[in-house]
Amino acid sequence: MNDFVLFGVLPYVVMVVFFIVTIQRYRLKAFSYSSLSSQFLENQHHFWGSVPFHYGILVVLCGHVIGFLLPGTILSWNAEPLRLMLLEVTGIAFAVLTLVGLANIMIRRRTSALARRVTTSGDWIVYCLLLVQVLTGIGVAVFHGWGSSWFATNLTPWLWSLVKLSPDVTFVAALPLMVKAHVINAFLLIGFFPFTRLVHILVVPNPYLWRRTQVVIWNWDRTKVNNPD
Amino acid sequence: MDVRSQISLVFHLDKCIGCHTCSVACKNVWTDREGTDYMWWNNVETKPGTGYPTKWEDQDSYKGGWKTDGEDLELRSTGKRKIIPNIFHNPSQPSLDDYYEPWTYDYSELFNAPEGDDQPVARPISMITGEPMEIEAGPNWDDDLGGSEIYAANDTNLEVLSEEQRQQMKAIERMVMFYLPRICNHCLNPACVASCPSGAMYKRGEDGIVLINQDRCRAWRSCISACPYKKTYYNWSTGKSEKCILCFPRLESGEAPACFHSCVGRIRYLGNVLYDADQIKEAALRPDDELVEAQRRMILDPNDPAVIEEASRCGIPEGVVDSAQKSPAYRFAKEWKLGLPLHVEYRTFPMLFYVPPLLPVMSISEGDLVRSDVDELFAEIEKARAPMGYLGKLFAAGNEGKVRYALRKQLAVRVWRRHVTVGDVSLEAATQGLTEADCTPEEADAIFKLTALSTWEDRFVIPPFQREMAMEMIADPHDHRSAAGFGFRDAPRRS
Repeated sequence: MNDFVLFGVLPYVVMVVFFIVTIQRYRLKAFSYSSLSSQFLENQHHFWGSVPFHYGILVVLCGHVIGFLLPGTILSWNAEPLRLMLLEVTGIAFAVLTLVGLANIMIRRRTSALARRVTTSGDWIVYCLLLVQVLTGIGVAVFHGWGSSWFATNLTPWLWSLVKLSPDVTFVAALPLMVKAHVINAFLLIGFFPFTRLVHILVVPNPYLWRRTQVVIWNWDRTKVNNPD
Repeated sequence: MDVRSQISLVFHLDKCIGCHTCSVACKNVWTDREGTDYMWWNNVETKPGTGYPTKWEDQDSYKGGWKTDGEDLELRSTGKRKIIPNIFHNPSQPSLDDYYEPWTYDYSELFNAPEGDDQPVARPISMITGEPMEIEAGPNWDDDLGGSEIYAANDTNLEVLSEEQRQQMKAIERMVMFYLPRICNHCLNPACVASCPSGAMYKRGEDGIVLINQDRCRAWRSCISACPYKKTYYNWSTGKSEKCILCFPRLESGEAPACFHSCVGRIRYLGNVLYDADQIKEAALRPDDELVEAQRRMILDPNDPAVIEEASRCGIPEGVVDSAQKSPAYRFAKEWKLGLPLHVEYRTFPMLFYVPPLLPVMSISEGDLVRSDVDELFAEIEKARAPMGYLGKLFAAGNEGKVRYALRKQLAVRVWRRHVTVGDVSLEAATQGLTEADCTPEEADAIFKLTALSTWEDRFVIPPFQREMAMEMIADPHDHRSAAGFGFRDAPRRS
């Protein structure tokens, strides 16, 4: 029953909150739709937090997404023990990179008086959730090895059952506590996402790469201004 | 040809007294808020000096502006290619230390201190953290310290001078300084706009004012590194960049910007010029010493019938062309060639032009007599206190000839006016001076009038902004009748 609430109901509640708040915040409070950078106030320690954290978590997140979208590919890659080892070690390495970055971020936010000035309680909720997420993630990788394989056989089918609106929690019922904690915490992160600085992920400036160099905006129509009719 | 209108500015440095009234006017109107406390959209710095933020001209460290290999232009900081690996940590972003930590004083300590033998003092309090702090720098920290070893000596523009020249500038008889007021240059090829990953920054088509859409700015901070003049600032409280908006709400209602209006020395001129936007790229690729001329070529003669016809085709209203014809900026920058762009080698084509200062020339005295021999006066420009190389580095990307031309003409006008008003200079000598300086008596009188006797209407020729027509093109007034007004998407309701 508990499993059903946590793995069959909570994800839907979280996703409803995620979509409604994310869209409404963009529509009504576009001004707040970014991460409040503090590099201006503290520019030394910033590098050692932000850079390893972001590169680490990008790789780890990509791994999860590939496991979700292409479980077959992962399983056939893992059929060779050496390749499985390679994948696992890479995953753990980038997870540790993420942890180092996150630790630096938290220490910096705590110790620099200037950075502390622009750190909100919302930020601390995000940092704590992320810390739990990374620690349980590393824990799972170390104590319950070969996760890349059993993610594909157990979690992927469960996630797809959620997508298909017929949640089947039997896939996850027997998983160890640490894995469950990692999954539940992930959904908590998604739930908090639209209320916090995490929304900056959605406004990554891709169009910059193909837009024209200069931006000119006209407040009048150049073709009409001298011929109003 | 793509004719556009651009609000262009002229600061006459010979008239600047360094009173900072402009800075204070701007501060009170725009940057008296949390997060903007350290910003000076208008600041006045002393040259030689390190300026604000400290040593902003050192592009090896700040990485502002454009660089070129002669075939293409590239941002020195994070352009399209470099933004991806650097998006999590901007490698060339200035930090608070490069400006200064803003502070106030705890004045209550003056009133509440217990009675004692010592005078109570008000301690400085950081305006960011609210904690007591040590003041290590401030705006205009090197104000008036023209010859100093620790400030003026660090001016990067001095690099072009020989060791001997630099030593000479420190000698007490030759010590020199002048003021350099700076605002956003509203460049023709703005590096800040080109660097903005969010596309929040833009140039207004109809007047060229560079603005930041606060709703679209996502705090990537690229503009702060990219602007070589360091005239976009990061608001640490809202996480948005902010910059000089040239008081566009004032301009649109026919008023001069606050810093212009309040200028005590009346050094500031404002007017629109017509320019050919198609030439920007080609001009920006020219070698350093040709840049001043390339920028001047872009500015079109608003009295030329061909230009007027082309302007009309490009959608420039008649009233805007009319005001371009009366523009003081056009006269100073293009017609008289007195106005020069600051550091045009950054290749952004700043549209704020400076009339270089005719610094006190070493006087030629023989006994009690001060001589005013024109030939020798011109020769003395070369021996002026601030070496020509230094001024050339500031205002002409190293092309000293452009500065020399402007200084000689200014001096010739002075001599001419001395002939007219005092009469101790002969007509021959005065006209000879004018001829040598590529000037005529009529032009000299016009320069004199606009420099010394100009009224508000002469100094600020504000083009009609055609707001009514523009609005009707964007929104149908009938649809908006009895609505909240054109400016609002939603009715201004509480919550």
